[in-house]
Amino acid sequence: MKHTISVLVENEFGVLARVAGLFSGRGFNIDSLSVAETQDPDLSLMTIVTRGDDQIMEQIIKQLHKLVNVLKVTDLQEGAYLDREMVLIKVNATDETKPEILRLAEIFRGKVVDVSPKTYTVEVSGPEDKIRAVLELFHPLGVREVVRTGKVAMPRGLQTPGG
Amino acid sequence: MELTGAEILVESLKKEGVNTLFGYPGGVVLNVYDVLYDADIRHVLVRHEQAAVHAADGFARASGDVGVALVTSGPGATNTVTGLATAYMDSIPLVLFTGQVPTGLIGNDAFQEADIVGITRPCTKHNYLVKDVRDLARTIKEAFYLARSGRPGPVLVDLPKDVVVGKAEYAYPDAAKLRGYNPTYEGHLGQVKKALKAILAAERPLLYVGGGAILSGAAGELTELARVLKLPVTTTLMGLGAFPGSDPLCLGMLGMHGTYRANMAVSHCDVLVAIGARFDDRVTGKIDEFAPHATVIHVDIDPTSISKNVRVDIPIVGDVRNVLRKLLGLANGADPAERDAHLAEWHGQIAAWRETHKMDYDQGRDVIKPQYVVEQLWEATGGDCIVSTEVGQNQMWAAQYFTFDRPRRWLTSGGLGTMGYGFPAALGAQAAFPDAVVIDIAGDGSIQMNIQELATAVQYALPVKVAVLNNGFLGMVRQWQELFYDRRYSHTRMDVAPDFVKLADAYGALGLRATRPDEVRPVIDQALAHPGPVMMDFRVAPEEGVYPMVPAGAPLTKMLLV
Ligand SMILES: Cc1ncc(C[n+]2csc(CCOP(=O)(O)OP(=O)(O)O)c2C)c(N)n1
Ligand SMILES: [Mg+2]
Repeated sequence: MKHTISVLVENEFGVLARVAGLFSGRGFNIDSLSVAETQDPDLSLMTIVTRGDDQIMEQIIKQLHKLVNVLKVTDLQEGAYLDREMVLIKVNATDETKPEILRLAEIFRGKVVDVSPKTYTVEVSGPEDKIRAVLELFHPLGVREVVRTGKVAMPRGLQTPGG
Repeated sequence: MELTGAEILVESLKKEGVNTLFGYPGGVVLNVYDVLYDADIRHVLVRHEQAAVHAADGFARASGDVGVALVTSGPGATNTVTGLATAYMDSIPLVLFTGQVPTGLIGNDAFQEADIVGITRPCTKHNYLVKDVRDLARTIKEAFYLARSGRPGPVLVDLPKDVVVGKAEYAYPDAAKLRGYNPTYEGHLGQVKKALKAILAAERPLLYVGGGAILSGAAGELTELARVLKLPVTTTLMGLGAFPGSDPLCLGMLGMHGTYRANMAVSHCDVLVAIGARFDDRVTGKIDEFAPHATVIHVDIDPTSISKNVRVDIPIVGDVRNVLRKLLGLANGADPAERDAHLAEWHGQIAAWRETHKMDYDQGRDVIKPQYVVEQLWEATGGDCIVSTEVGQNQMWAAQYFTFDRPRRWLTSGGLGTMGYGFPAALGAQAAFPDAVVIDIAGDGSIQMNIQELATAVQYALPVKVAVLNNGFLGMVRQWQELFYDRRYSHTRMDVAPDFVKLADAYGALGLRATRPDEVRPVIDQALAHPGPVMMDFRVAPEEGVYPMVPAGAPLTKMLLV
C-alpha cells in the first residue's frame, strides 16, 4: 500500500544521502521524495511517498527514526493531510491542439507558463489524483516532456510534523 | 586556551579515558602523530589498518569500553571498512578517526582522497566529517556518546588536514546533545508485567539470549532470572557467556550449528523470550517454522530489531539489564507452585533430547580431531581465558566445544563472519588485559588474512596464543561442497600453505606443531608456559565436519546429525 511520510531532519551534511541510502540499502521503495528547509532554517522536512505492507512500513518508520539526524517521522493518515504536487507539461502545440490545451489548463486551474512555436508548457498543481487525471488528458495531445516536483504533504489542523 | 586540532583530539581522548589506541600513520595525520609522540596514551602500531579496527573491536568486546583506532586518509581509511562492518553487525562500540585531505581539496580527487564518510555510511552507527576545528571537541564527545549508548556501534570521525592543523579555543563538553537521538532504556512496565504473566503461565518456556545481554552487562540478572524461574536458556553465537555454559539450565547454542536439544527446545517451546537477540537467519532457519508454537516476547533496545523478521507478541523496547531487573523484581515470590509439574516435564523432555544426541566426536589414536584441540584448550586453561576465533569450522568448533561461563570472554565475528578477525581482535583484548590468557582459535585459511600482525604481537609483547586448526582446506566451504555440491571441492583446497612454525619464527614468535593426538596437550602446555606470542600448528583431520547442521533455509528440526 502507498504511504506518505513526513520526515523532519536536521539540516546536516549528508542527511539526504543517509535517508536515500537507507531506502536503497534495505530494498525499500521510494516513489517520490521532496525536501526543503522548514520555517526553522536548521531543519528540513522531507515528504516521502513509499509503498509496503504493514511490516515493511513499520520497519521503514523505525529505521528512519534510528538515523541520528532524524527528529520526527509521521506516517500521514489518508484524509488527515493535505498534499500537493506540481507538474510542468510540455505539449505539442498545433493549430488543432492549442484550444484544447488552453481548455484543459483552465479546467484544472493550471496556466500556460511558456510558449514556443511548436510547444506550450502548462503548469498544474494539486493532489495526486488530479495530477494523474491531468496527465492522462494531456497524453493524447502529444506530451513531449513532463517534470514533477514530487508530493509535499502537511497534516490538517494543529498537528505539525515540523513542530 | 587555543589548541591545534591534533592537540584537541588527543586531549579529548584523554577526557574520554582512552589509554590505548590502535593505528597506522600517513601524510594527513602526521600532526596527530606528532602530538602522540610524547602523549600519555599507548599507541599500538598495527601492520594493516583492518587489524587496527579489529583490535579496537576486540579491546571493546573484552573490556566493555569504547575501542579507538586512528588511520590516514585514502587507502588507510578504505582498509578499515571490513573492520567497521564487522563491528557494526555485532553492535560493538568503537570510534575510528580517519585523516582526510584538506577541506579545500575535498572533491578534487586529491592525492589519497577517498569519500570515507560516503563509503562507510551504511556500516557505521553514525559518521562525521569535521569541517571546522571549532566543531572538533563537540564532535568527539558525540562520537563516543553514540558509540557506547543505546545499541552500541562504530562511529567514524573524518578529520581533514586543515582541521587537524588549525587552532581553536578548547573546552570539552560535559555532555553530548543530540536532538534526534534518544535511546529507550526503561522497558515499559505494563509490557514487563505482561511478559512475566506469559512466562509464569508457560508450560514450556525458553530464554533465547543474544549478544545484547552481554553488551548491556546483564549476565548477572539473566542468570538470576533463569535460576529463580527455572527457565532453560539457549544462546546465540554472540550470546555465549551471557549465561554460564556449565549450568544445567544451559542448552548451548541454537541455530545452524546449534545443539540438538536447543533446536528441539525452540521448536517445541510455548513461550520464547528473546533477550538482546535479533532472529538472524543463521539462528532461525526456515523462518515460518521457527518456534511455531511459541508466544514470542522480545526484549531489545533497538526497536528496529523487533518484529523485523519474526512476529513478536510482547515487544519490550529497553535496555536488557533494566528490563531483566524489572522482571526479577516482579518475579521474586510470584512463582506459583503449579508451575513445577509442567516444568519438571519440560526439563525431563530437554534432558531426554540431550541423551538422544550428545555433542560428540571420535578422537581415535592417529589423527587429531579439531574438536579435541578445542576441548584441550579449555581443559588446559580451566576455561579461564579470553577466546577469539576466525571464521569457518574453527569458529563453530570453538563455539561448540569450549564452555564459556562468563561474559566478555568470547570474541567472534558473528554477523559479518569476517575471516581474519580473530587474531587482531585477540591482540586488542590482550592490550586491555595484559595478564589474561588470550587464545585465537584459527583456521589455516583465515589466519593468513591478518598474519602480518605477528609483528605487532612481538613488538608490543602481546602474548596471544594462536591455535591453528590446520585442515588444509577452507574447511567450512569445503563442508558445504561436500554436502550440497557433490563433493566437488572447487578451489577450497590450499595446496600451498606456509610452514606456520617457521613463519612464527621469522616474526620472532614461538612456533609449535602437533601432528598426533598425544602431542596436542604438550604443545598447548608449552604454549601457555611461554611468556610471548605463540603460533600452534595443529594438523587436524582434513575432512572433519561441523555437526549438527541445519542446512540453510531448512527448519531447525531438520538437523543433519553426523
Ligand atoms: C573475508 C572472508 N572471505 C570469505 C569468507 C567465506 N568463508 C567462510 S568460512 C571460509 C573458510 C575458512 O577457512 P579456514 O580459515 O581454514 O577455516 P576452517 O573452516 O577450515 O576451519 C570461507 C572462505 C569469509 N567468511 N570471510
Ligand atoms: Mg581450514
